[in-house]
Amino acid sequence: MALYFFTPFIAILLTILGGGIIFYILGFNPIEALKFYFITPIANLYGFSELLLKATPLCLIAIGLSFCFKSNNWNIGAEGQLTFGAIVGGGVALLFYNQEGFYILPLVIIAGAIGGMIFALIPAILKTYFNTNEILVSLMLVYVSKLLLDYLVVGPWSNPEGFNFPETRQFSNSSRMPLLFEGLRIHAGIFLALAAVMLSWFILYKTYLGFQIKVSGLSLKTAKYAGFKGKTMILVVFMISGACAGLAGVGEITGPIGQLHRMVSPDYGFTAIIVAFLGRLNPFGIIFASLVVALTYLGAETAQIFLQIPKYTGQVFQGMILFFLLASDYLLFFKVKILNLKKNELRN
Amino acid sequence: MYKNFFRYLISAIFLLGFSVNSNADFKVGFVYVGPTGDHGWTFQHHEGRNAVEAAGIKTTFVESVPEGADAERVIRQLAQSGHDLIFTTSFGYMDPTNKVAKDFPNVKFEHATGYKREHSNVSTYSARFYEGRTLLGHIAGKMTKTNTIGYIASFPIPEVIRGINAMTLAAQKVNPNIKTKIVWVFTWYDPGKEAEAAQALIDQGADVIMQHTDSTAPVQTAEKAGVWSFGQASDMQRFAPKSILTSIIDDWAPYYVERAIAARDGKWNQQDTWHGLKEGMVAMGPYNSAMGADLVKEVEQLQKDLASGKVHSFTGPIYDQKGNILVAEGKVADDGMLAGMSVYVKGVEGDIPK
Repeated sequence: MALYFFTPFIAILLTILGGGIIFYILGFNPIEALKFYFITPIANLYGFSELLLKATPLCLIAIGLSFCFKSNNWNIGAEGQLTFGAIVGGGVALLFYNQEGFYILPLVIIAGAIGGMIFALIPAILKTYFNTNEILVSLMLVYVSKLLLDYLVVGPWSNPEGFNFPETRQFSNSSRMPLLFEGLRIHAGIFLALAAVMLSWFILYKTYLGFQIKVSGLSLKTAKYAGFKGKTMILVVFMISGACAGLAGVGEITGPIGQLHRMVSPDYGFTAIIVAFLGRLNPFGIIFASLVVALTYLGAETAQIFLQIPKYTGQVFQGMILFFLLASDYLLFFKVKILNLKKNELRN
Repeated sequence: MYKNFFRYLISAIFLLGFSVNSNADFKVGFVYVGPTGDHGWTFQHHEGRNAVEAAGIKTTFVESVPEGADAERVIRQLAQSGHDLIFTTSFGYMDPTNKVAKDFPNVKFEHATGYKREHSNVSTYSARFYEGRTLLGHIAGKMTKTNTIGYIASFPIPEVIRGINAMTLAAQKVNPNIKTKIVWVFTWYDPGKEAEAAQALIDQGADVIMQHTDSTAPVQTAEKAGVWSFGQASDMQRFAPKSILTSIIDDWAPYYVERAIAARDGKWNQQDTWHGLKEGMVAMGPYNSAMGADLVKEVEQLQKDLASGKVHSFTGPIYDQKGNILVAEGKVADDGMLAGMSVYVKGVEGDIPK
């Protein structure tokens, strides 16, 4: 069990090692390259605040996903739920574009969460009542939401003074997340993420619902024998997951972006899947994992600025983390044995 | 009280981090929206960067920077790490560029294709791509057999609509029956979508394809289908040697070198640049011999006339789709009208997405 929580660290170490080898092959000094990758980005306060800013949506989404994944529901469409949350929240923000008031931001945030929730309910309902595959449905809905966003920012919601550029008006200050420090972009959204961490820990480990989720994840049959209401639970975990993704979307548009445009998220919804697993679907593990993965984004930028290492190494790092994690899990849970089978044994 | 103190302290540390900005060696940074290997928009900016480097000035670039929340951090990091001049080469970097410029008054910023210069250290620049479109229109009008030109468009912004109109007007001049069919793909770079759009236009009878997107997919699709095409942003001839009639080339190199040297020597001033064929920011690729010697000669003459100002892409009379006059006979459209262009001219089919 201790090993189970230890393997993510092994995976990260192996990733760093693998990264060093790649840098070496590319002709860079691996130590220097890794320094620019993992230390330089957060060597000053600004860099550290950017790390937290980047980790916030990843953490929020991954927390939501952990509910789904723990109960064997494969919600792959967090990116779509994020986008739809941003659309609904952004719609409310645009409604108040020329107004100020303390009540606007809470409305925008709630709208975003509800938006994500509704969008996550689609695959959940289709799964519970029509037996569809939630992986496919939730994944395809990502494209639906992105196309809807495209349509809105080009068409009805585009800024009337914006020369037809695909973006909306800037939100009013009352729709923006308050900044925590002057000059830094880190905003109050981080508290939403921390609250989600606390709440999810409480739900997962201290409530009956959390117990149901865990049992269903371990064995669906046991859950059925125990008389758990499977359908309700599926709906609930998808709603939680969608709400978290929606919050992440709203955090981006009311935080650093300040308007709706086509690039609300650089695929946070997909990267968060890596974060969730690297964090072992554990709320506190996810905080740690979101910071590590956020660092791979920042590191890719600094490595390109200082050493001209191609920026795509960031994605390579993310891929390696997941790969090494899965590989070490495999070696952890399965014993590799060379068998010498006879013919009739094979038949069994 | 304590809260305020804490905030000031943080701000002070933060500002201190910025002020160690060494000016010992002059460096230029570039922010690209796509990969340097797109063989279109970003590729050409990268060529410009190579020219700056060749002029003996140190440069840095960051590629594939999303136009969302990440742009500001990348621009800020470049400013913070001792870059003295920063080119942000996509429209979506407009607000982040101005935001960072405010915090780094000693760093110069150059934003491509935008219109906001909120601080004295921000310049904007773009090219009169529409002059190239006029040449394409002339060629397309002469080369088409079906009188149908297919146009793959990215976003309904003035720059794109200007290109569609300039091309259509020039084509109509040599062939009054010309129709322009448009497919909006709502992306700057998506080879799959661009190829599909090209095929759709060919299926609708277009035998000349052109595009306002960045990949080489449209010209490759045209080559396969055996119809004519044009390269966009860079010379794409080698991707479709039979099909490409010519390419519009964005040549940023002279501008980048000039601005970098000016900034290094302390002679940089804020300005809004809109250069075309005359200054060489818009250039044409080699003309395909399939056009025939006469047409090549005609087009070369037109290119000279556009460069010298003898001919203007938007010379009246110009009518909109409903037949209302936009530019009176004998007049030319002014830059203000060009910058805000948002209606199609007569002969373009369909509506602008709204």
